Amino acid sequence: MTLSRRKFIRNTAAGGATLAAPALIGSVARAQDGPIKLGSLHDLAGPLAATGEPMVYAIMLAVEEINAAGGLLGREVELINYDTQSNIQLYSQFAQQLAVRDRVDVIHGGITSASREAIRPIFSRFRTLYFYNTLYEGGVCDRNTFNTGTTPAQTVEKLVPHAMNLWGKKAYIIAADYNYGQITAKWMRKYVEDNGGEVASIDFFPLDVTNFGPSISRIQAAEPDLLLSAMVGGNHTAFYRQWAAAGLKDEIPIASTTFGLVNEPATLEDAESTGVLGSYGYFEELDTPASVAFVKAIKDRHGAQTPYVSELAAASYEGVHLWAEGVRQAGSVDRMEVIEALETGLSFEGPSGKVVVDPKTHHVTRNTFLAEVENRAWKVLETFEQQQPLDTAAVCDLEANPNDTTHYIIDI
Amino acid sequence: MDIAIIVGLDVVSGIASLVLISAGLAVIFGMMKIINLAHGEFLMLGAYATVLSVSAGVNIWFAMLVIAPVFVGLVGMIVERCLIQFLYGRLVDSMLATWGLSLVIVGGTTMIFGNTIVGVSSPLGGFQVGAYQSSLYTPFLALMALLLMTAVFGVMRFTRAGLIARAVMQNPDMAATLGVNPARVYMATFGLGAAMSGLAGGLLAPIAGVVPTMGAAFIAKAFITVVGGGTSILWGLISASGLFGFINQIAAFLTTPVFGEVILFIAAIILIRLLPTGISGRFFKGRL
Repeated sequence: MTLSRRKFIRNTAAGGATLAAPALIGSVARAQDGPIKLGSLHDLAGPLAATGEPMVYAIMLAVEEINAAGGLLGREVELINYDTQSNIQLYSQFAQQLAVRDRVDVIHGGITSASREAIRPIFSRFRTLYFYNTLYEGGVCDRNTFNTGTTPAQTVEKLVPHAMNLWGKKAYIIAADYNYGQITAKWMRKYVEDNGGEVASIDFFPLDVTNFGPSISRIQAAEPDLLLSAMVGGNHTAFYRQWAAAGLKDEIPIASTTFGLVNEPATLEDAESTGVLGSYGYFEELDTPASVAFVKAIKDRHGAQTPYVSELAAASYEGVHLWAEGVRQAGSVDRMEVIEALETGLSFEGPSGKVVVDPKTHHVTRNTFLAEVENRAWKVLETFEQQQPLDTAAVCDLEANPNDTTHYIIDI
Repeated sequence: MDIAIIVGLDVVSGIASLVLISAGLAVIFGMMKIINLAHGEFLMLGAYATVLSVSAGVNIWFAMLVIAPVFVGLVGMIVERCLIQFLYGRLVDSMLATWGLSLVIVGGTTMIFGNTIVGVSSPLGGFQVGAYQSSLYTPFLALMALLLMTAVFGVMRFTRAGLIARAVMQNPDMAATLGVNPARVYMATFGLGAAMSGLAGGLLAPIAGVVPTMGAAFIAKAFITVVGGGTSILWGLISASGLFGFINQIAAFLTTPVFGEVILFIAAIILIRLLPTGISGRFFKGRL
């Protein structure tokens, strides 16, 4: 056989495409009465992999439970998961594939706010129902999108006053330098000022900063009573190390909206993390029966290396079950019928407690918790029952404007 | 006054960490003209070796100062035998191959140890300067950077091995006719460079978030330092680390970390424009 140049290029391109093909769980059969398809877009490689892994585990668990109970509408639910490799470009690409080629009935996914804003318009355009299950800065107002994670009014609003009552009025804010950190820092400042405090300074850190020496000196020079942190990712963990190494942990305490979302308490030493305050919509350490069973199911399946089962995993699990409730109620997987069913205020009893869809904002009313790190684990201090997404509700009313698709930057 | 001392310490620590993270790269690039894009992964392997040894009950000093460099040095020698030895004089190919290698190392580490952050806590406490506190680990890093530089200088300048290494780098054919086996010297030099990277990774482990992808955060700075320093391993490295470390830390203190980085990169661009062969190409020409 002779191998012409053209043939060679074509074959190589095809080979490349096969290599680049994403991890496909299950087959891609297409039939009207075949399985119901649930698409998932999460990072399983790259810097965000430790965040994405438990979310996918939670979605797998939810799908298994639904199938074990006989599926939905007598049909099996099939999970199609694409690994987006912490790469926004792949988000756009796989989002189109899920919507157009795989024709999935719903998509759960997106981790960072940047990835969500990359894929949300794609699902609007192709009329595919979308669930975003990550805690974020709030403000998404889109009838095609449901947001099951917490927003600042549900968590930061609890965290800041509690920390200020314990430690004092003068706060120093440090945050990751992208839209989540920027907007969360604004919320922190708002709640500090609402509670009669003052903000010494706000510093933003790109995700690849590893040397925090000068910043630690700056913080000391400002003499704050407490430090509010929205630092993100592996490199930023080094901040807590260097902070503790300078002996500052007992001088200036830390409250954080991101600490412990992956597994900081378990990987930092006791001395580096004890006393850090955090507030989320779920903690692995919650001892309600539903929570214990949820964590056990995931850890039994995935073993000792499972990353921390945080709010992200719980909200993903609850998101899938909420969608399933919607399908059951609608008696169909049709996008509009499911949206309308969910908008009746459907609820689900998940590991974090009762989760209720808020029809006006497509966010959820859910329990939030305040906790403190002790012995390399979270100790839940306080539970706030049924917190509403008030921040987004201030700018968003999908009952009045059903065609809205804006991501509002809430004016604070 | 106190703040001046603290900021001075920050500057020293900035310079010391640049020296440490760039030294291995400087040896491999400066002596062998191999652009090792897997340098960050060598650092990461050193950090992992330290963390895993400590959690297996090994003394942290022994883990950082012995296990990390020895382990990564061995990895470096294996890499040189299996990959790099075919790429001498092929600059672009060596970049592609080491880039692939870095992906393999990151992927392998992720598969074995998972994608979670691991770490050890700093073995030294803090100390008080007036109203401020700083970590004792900072002066320790500076001391280690100084020792490393002294050792490199001593070996290269005063030992027979250093002489042979320099001879092979200058003219491998001539060295071979004099009875030296260049292949072996290349392997040893690459291993030594890798060991220095491993040492740096070990020393960084207590103050960094150790994840398989951590190398990416260090490699850009290491390259800027080495390129800015030019071909002289020792003086280039020291002068570039001094300049960039100073600029970065002072800028980060006076402004924000974001501008600290921006100012550092602008300074590097200006430096390369003015001194295309690096600082040592101009001021320390022909020196070690």
